[in-house]
Amino acid sequence: MVPQHVPTVVVIGNGMVGYKFCEKLLAKTSVFKLVVFGEEPRVAYDRVHLSEYFGGKTADDLLMAPLQWYHDHGVVLHLGDPVLEIDRASQTVHSRSGLIQPYDYLVLATGSSAFVPDIPGVEKEGVMVYRTIEDLEEIKASAATARSGAVLGGGLLGLEAAKALLDLGVPETHVVEFAPRLMPRQIDAAGSQMLQTKLEALGLQIHLSKATSSIAGEGKIEALHFGDGSILEVDMLVISAGIRPRDELAKLAGLEVGMRGGIVVNNEMQTSDPRIFAIGECALHGGMIYGLVAPGYDMAEVVASQLTQGTRAFTGYDMSSKLKLIGVDVASFGDPFIAEPHSRSIVFEDAHNGVYKRINISPDGKLLLGGVLIGDAEAYNMLLQTVNNKIALPPHPEDLILGARGAEAAEGAGVLSLPDDALVCSCEAVTKGAICAAVTDLNVTSLDAMKKCNKAGTGCGGCIPMVKDLINGTLTAQGAYIKNVLCEHFDYSRQELFDLLRINDIRTYDAALNHFGKGDGCETCKPAIGSILSGLWNDLIVKHNTIQDTNDRYLANIQKGGSYSVVPRIAGGEVTPEQLMVIGRVAHKYGLYTKITGGQRIDMFGAHVSDLPDIWEELINAGFESGHAYGKSLRTVKSCVGSTWCRFGLHDSVSFAIEIENRYKGIRSPHKLKSGVSGCVRECAEAQAKDFGIIATEKGWNLFVCGNGGSKPQHAQLLATDIDKDTVVKYLDRFLMFYIKTADPLMRTATWLNKMEGGLAYLKNVVINDSLGICAELEAEMALLIQNYHCEWKEVVENPELRKQFTHFVNAPKVKDPTMEFEEMRGQKMVKAW
Amino acid sequence: METTTAVAWLPVCHTTDIPADGGACALVEGEQVAIFNFARRGEWFATQNLCPHKQQMALARGMIGSTGETCEPKVACPFHKRTFSLRTGECLNGDECSIQTYPIKVEGDVVYIGLA
Repeated sequence: MVPQHVPTVVVIGNGMVGYKFCEKLLAKTSVFKLVVFGEEPRVAYDRVHLSEYFGGKTADDLLMAPLQWYHDHGVVLHLGDPVLEIDRASQTVHSRSGLIQPYDYLVLATGSSAFVPDIPGVEKEGVMVYRTIEDLEEIKASAATARSGAVLGGGLLGLEAAKALLDLGVPETHVVEFAPRLMPRQIDAAGSQMLQTKLEALGLQIHLSKATSSIAGEGKIEALHFGDGSILEVDMLVISAGIRPRDELAKLAGLEVGMRGGIVVNNEMQTSDPRIFAIGECALHGGMIYGLVAPGYDMAEVVASQLTQGTRAFTGYDMSSKLKLIGVDVASFGDPFIAEPHSRSIVFEDAHNGVYKRINISPDGKLLLGGVLIGDAEAYNMLLQTVNNKIALPPHPEDLILGARGAEAAEGAGVLSLPDDALVCSCEAVTKGAICAAVTDLNVTSLDAMKKCNKAGTGCGGCIPMVKDLINGTLTAQGAYIKNVLCEHFDYSRQELFDLLRINDIRTYDAALNHFGKGDGCETCKPAIGSILSGLWNDLIVKHNTIQDTNDRYLANIQKGGSYSVVPRIAGGEVTPEQLMVIGRVAHKYGLYTKITGGQRIDMFGAHVSDLPDIWEELINAGFESGHAYGKSLRTVKSCVGSTWCRFGLHDSVSFAIEIENRYKGIRSPHKLKSGVSGCVRECAEAQAKDFGIIATEKGWNLFVCGNGGSKPQHAQLLATDIDKDTVVKYLDRFLMFYIKTADPLMRTATWLNKMEGGLAYLKNVVINDSLGICAELEAEMALLIQNYHCEWKEVVENPELRKQFTHFVNAPKVKDPTMEFEEMRGQKMVKAW
Repeated sequence: METTTAVAWLPVCHTTDIPADGGACALVEGEQVAIFNFARRGEWFATQNLCPHKQQMALARGMIGSTGETCEPKVACPFHKRTFSLRTGECLNGDECSIQTYPIKVEGDVVYIGLA
């Protein structure tokens, strides 16, 4: 019997587009045998998010799919084995290792390489390109010692590379661009100017209209020489001057290639040989090389369709893009440059905040044609949809970039007004209709579920806000009432549950789930209920340890590698020389890295879980307790030295800080709480950046509340002026208890106040004027919490059953986690990076 | 498809060693295995202890729970809250990574792990 011929598709190139082609073809059919040749030793990875490799992502995080995926799907993968020759007559490819592989169809996904201009000295050490993981590793190594680095090329990739240098801590980073402005292909002159101002403010030095004539240095780069005679001294140079399609194999095989590179393809992505296709950055379609991933994916879809008797064709691609460059939003869409007489532009420029917006509308004012957004690109998705779907403009198109300035909201029906065929996720080609149908027909109601269902939002992630809005909007349209609920297991808000558990005297998580929830709980509702139970009864946290986040379960802070850190309580930042020696002894004995924290404490890092009880025991015996650097609880009350020593101090801020810290320590709240007490208006304790802050005045104390440091800093607001200590404590009891009872999970006091109807005036009325008549209740509830305080660490130290849980291996308590690895840095131990 | 490969059952620890509705890690033939006592459901599960997201030996310290209409049992890594099915090991946040699960049984007060 003659074995049946299995048609073979050979893919040359295992990059993002080559991988995506395999995925798309396998989704349509399994009749083909797929054979992939890759030049790099790695399986396909995500080049778009390459700069995240510097931000702590590992090479594995960037993989499109693990090696196992290829095995599971029967794809034969030859890595590190480039194809050297295509023999079109015998329909075979020949690889470097000597493999001869026949094909029925051949797909070229050879991508592109970095374009390196022919500048004298380009071969010198310290001159690099920005393309592969190996390139990044080289850049990382150079940056470690470089004092000054430059990027050649002020386009999209060049600015990405500049960001990488900034992130790597190169003290001086320069960008050199030949054109008179940054990103000349995407944005207009005024937008470039705004972008440049913003980037310069962030520490980038930008040199425009510079033609690099040579790279100087003895073997290693020392300086760039420019055509205008000027010189820039640098120790490293990253070249990012564009891409060059990898078409050499095609050229060798006699396929038609473009004058300036690129394999010529038709709308079906066929090359001049109809059995051979080219996709991605190596393909030249209609005179264009598409250097973005989304059109590459679209080309992959076209070939997969062609091979399965489909009719999809490629007819060009919208090159609109939005990205965050070094923290600055940059977007361009449709035709960003079109001008009079073909269009009229509306421009908004705000030099103060660094925002530039331009939209180009048709002369009759009916259609949006394109535009540029710098500094604020929130409107990008809607504007792009308005262009692509030819949606009629509102009577005042300026509202699109300025927002409605009258009484009416301009949002209208928002994303829900888009037509069903509007492309929402362009990376994965998912339409609005498909997303809404997933909600209505398949009951997909969360972003995670949507990603699994149709991959929407899994590419560049830019459409995620729209996908979320579509899910919620469709649910609302269906009549589903979108309620503020804890999670899928509890149909109540935190505040509702707080009251329900109190009224019904519920004291365990299981009882709460049985009475008011469903299912088996999750990592959202367990700690939230844990926080409510603590806020009601202040029972020992260790009695409920399996519903706590890991830090509350192990009473210490988990760190990279799985070790823990211990931060002894140093109330108000006051510590004796004897106590300092105790901390030193303990850290030395258990081999811990020590550092002064931002909250006037000393943190000891790198403790094995099995050493924690022993460490606490030694601290407790010396009169310490371990402290809350974890948990949604009071962290520290920072203080300045105050009137005891300081010649400006008005009152004793240290004593007050210690009193406050000891009063509220251990109490669990919706989120962490930080505090400070300053002895005079100079405010050395930075009390106005805290959840509650106290500042001495001539006549008493001023009480500030709801401040926040962190990612969204917000100054605390003045709640009461010139009050005495007892009144401060009284108001604080009421304020904190009111917050504990009414905030959502993980909501800091600042956000809580921002969302409170009536704002500070309302809060003052509740806390000071007792407008709700609950102040006596709040004070009594707080008194109960304070009275029930126990040292949770002492509980573990003294309880053999609890102590037993502090091991890495339950069946080998003496063995420490062998995967935990440390290295040395500046004479102390340091955990290995992940 | 169910395959009936013979597994060798190794006694690993006592039922009381694993907290109710929580987990702990055991050393089994040099491997780190996370064992979960899902007391609420009366079920036991075993998976690799390594979270594939950041390569941390941490899953045994994660919170367990369920998700969806089918009440799929799951564990959340304590580091960044990636969640994995305790039955299949599949990542439930849409990532491509998954974890290995092991056969587990309880006889008397002894917990056994099955190795292929």
